Amino acid sequence: MGTGVTYAEKPQASGAGDAPALEARSLTLSWDGRATVVDRISLTVAAGEVVCLVGRSGCGKTTILHALSGLTRPLSGQVLLHGTDITGTPGHVSYMLQKDLLLPSRRIIDNVCLPLLLAGVPRADARAKAEPLFERFGLAGTEEKWPVELSGGMRQRAAFMRTYLMGADVTLLDEPFSALDAITRVEVRRWFCDMAHELGLSALVITHDVDEAVSMASRVYVLAGHPSEGVPSHIAGEVRVDHGAGEGDFALTPEFLAAKRDVLSLLG
Amino acid sequence: MSRQQHKPRSAAAPRAAASTSSGAATRAAATTRAEASRARRVLTPLFTVVALLVVWELVVDLGLIPNFLLPTPIQVVQALVADIALILGHAATTLVETAIGLLIGVALGFAIAVLMDRFEGFYLALQPLVTISQTIPTIAIAPLLVLWFGYGLAPKVILIVITTFFPITVSLISGFRSVDPDVIDLMRTMNASRWQVFLYAKLPAAADQFFSGLRISATYAIVGAVIAEWLGGNLGLGVYMTRVRKSFSYDRMFAVIIVISALSLGLMKLVDLLQRICMPWKRVEGNKR
Repeated sequence: MGTGVTYAEKPQASGAGDAPALEARSLTLSWDGRATVVDRISLTVAAGEVVCLVGRSGCGKTTILHALSGLTRPLSGQVLLHGTDITGTPGHVSYMLQKDLLLPSRRIIDNVCLPLLLAGVPRADARAKAEPLFERFGLAGTEEKWPVELSGGMRQRAAFMRTYLMGADVTLLDEPFSALDAITRVEVRRWFCDMAHELGLSALVITHDVDEAVSMASRVYVLAGHPSEGVPSHIAGEVRVDHGAGEGDFALTPEFLAAKRDVLSLLG
Repeated sequence: MSRQQHKPRSAAAPRAAASTSSGAATRAAATTRAEASRARRVLTPLFTVVALLVVWELVVDLGLIPNFLLPTPIQVVQALVADIALILGHAATTLVETAIGLLIGVALGFAIAVLMDRFEGFYLALQPLVTISQTIPTIAIAPLLVLWFGYGLAPKVILIVITTFFPITVSLISGFRSVDPDVIDLMRTMNASRWQVFLYAKLPAAADQFFSGLRISATYAIVGAVIAEWLGGNLGLGVYMTRVRKSFSYDRMFAVIIVISALSLGLMKLVDLLQRICMPWKRVEGNKR
């Protein structure tokens, strides 16, 4: 149902071939249709790229995520998936929050299969598709467990597996690791980056943690503004992060510090 | 320790045996302690009940309260044994009324809750009515129901429906609303229909509160049936109660009270069992705690 979508519109003039996986064009958003929260933001996520959007708490990050996932319509602007307009239509990009949102009444395997079950895939087929992935996601042996029986880090892995099984090209993550304790967070984040690379995932990660943004992303968009004081958020700038050869601890390199300094100065 | 002292092997061996047996003893002590605390939890309330019964028996035997006003516990048990066949016959009628009324009440409460959750207008329109229906005293409305619907099954079932649907509706509505809105958003990104959101998220989230409501409704249902029978009818524990009251056989009055209590308790246990079957994930949480 949700995965095999046929698009009525033809791809844009730019051509689907070189269009980014996800593109936001001049999005202006409000909360409840009242004051503008986000003013004309544009961003792109290339195929296979992990991009971060960093901003203070309350700068409208979740509002942006809702608009990008199609849950809400922007006041103006467009959301494009591989060049095709998906503005205001959910079901095209998957979505993961800081809360794992596992259904307590379903076993782990049925939780991770949720997008398939909702799309009308028979339970046996959905389970057969999910079962081989448990090992890869570090969840072997948890298939028949209830969510309450898993630790926070494991639950977040399960949430990520569910996101993956939605089969969408682009994944949006809203503060995905901030509910975990510091050590687990670093672990799960590193694991996520490896998995994203392995799976060739295109992801937009929204976070308020500058270190997290710089360590994960190849590009960081910096969101500035104070919507609650009547100053809508806008994109103050974009920082490219040079991850180098990937040897040693990236967080200790001068490249990391340079990128972090740039992001902090844009945050103001 | 034994290595430092260079004790001969033969001496060390019994000590090792002693240490393992002391370990077993500690474990045994722990189990006895657990058993003791379990026994205390059962025995203490049992003692209270027995003590009360003894006091009751003595108060009447010593003539502090005349026997024609208050039968002794022994007399109550004798009355219960003597009349058991008759009482069970009446109990069957009451149970049938309770079951029908409770089923309709639960179904109605469920339907109202689902509609109120689905349509905001429905919620606004019905919410005061649902609450008001609960402020109507059962005792006042029961005679009217008998007047309108006669001495048969109908007035009893209607009274039970009126008293039981409310706890169901209220518990379900608050259960449906307890779902994290983010779960609903997440499911919407997966193109879930309203029905799927209801089935996967809302219904399981409401299960806990539903069973709390059902436990209350079940006890209301039996009491409701007895009250309706008091006011008119040919069969049922309420009818039996009025008859024995009119013939001043208070021992049989108490006997039937015991039966009603036992039925209510049994029904509550049945609800507990149903909850354990319907909510397997709850059993795990219970084990953890």
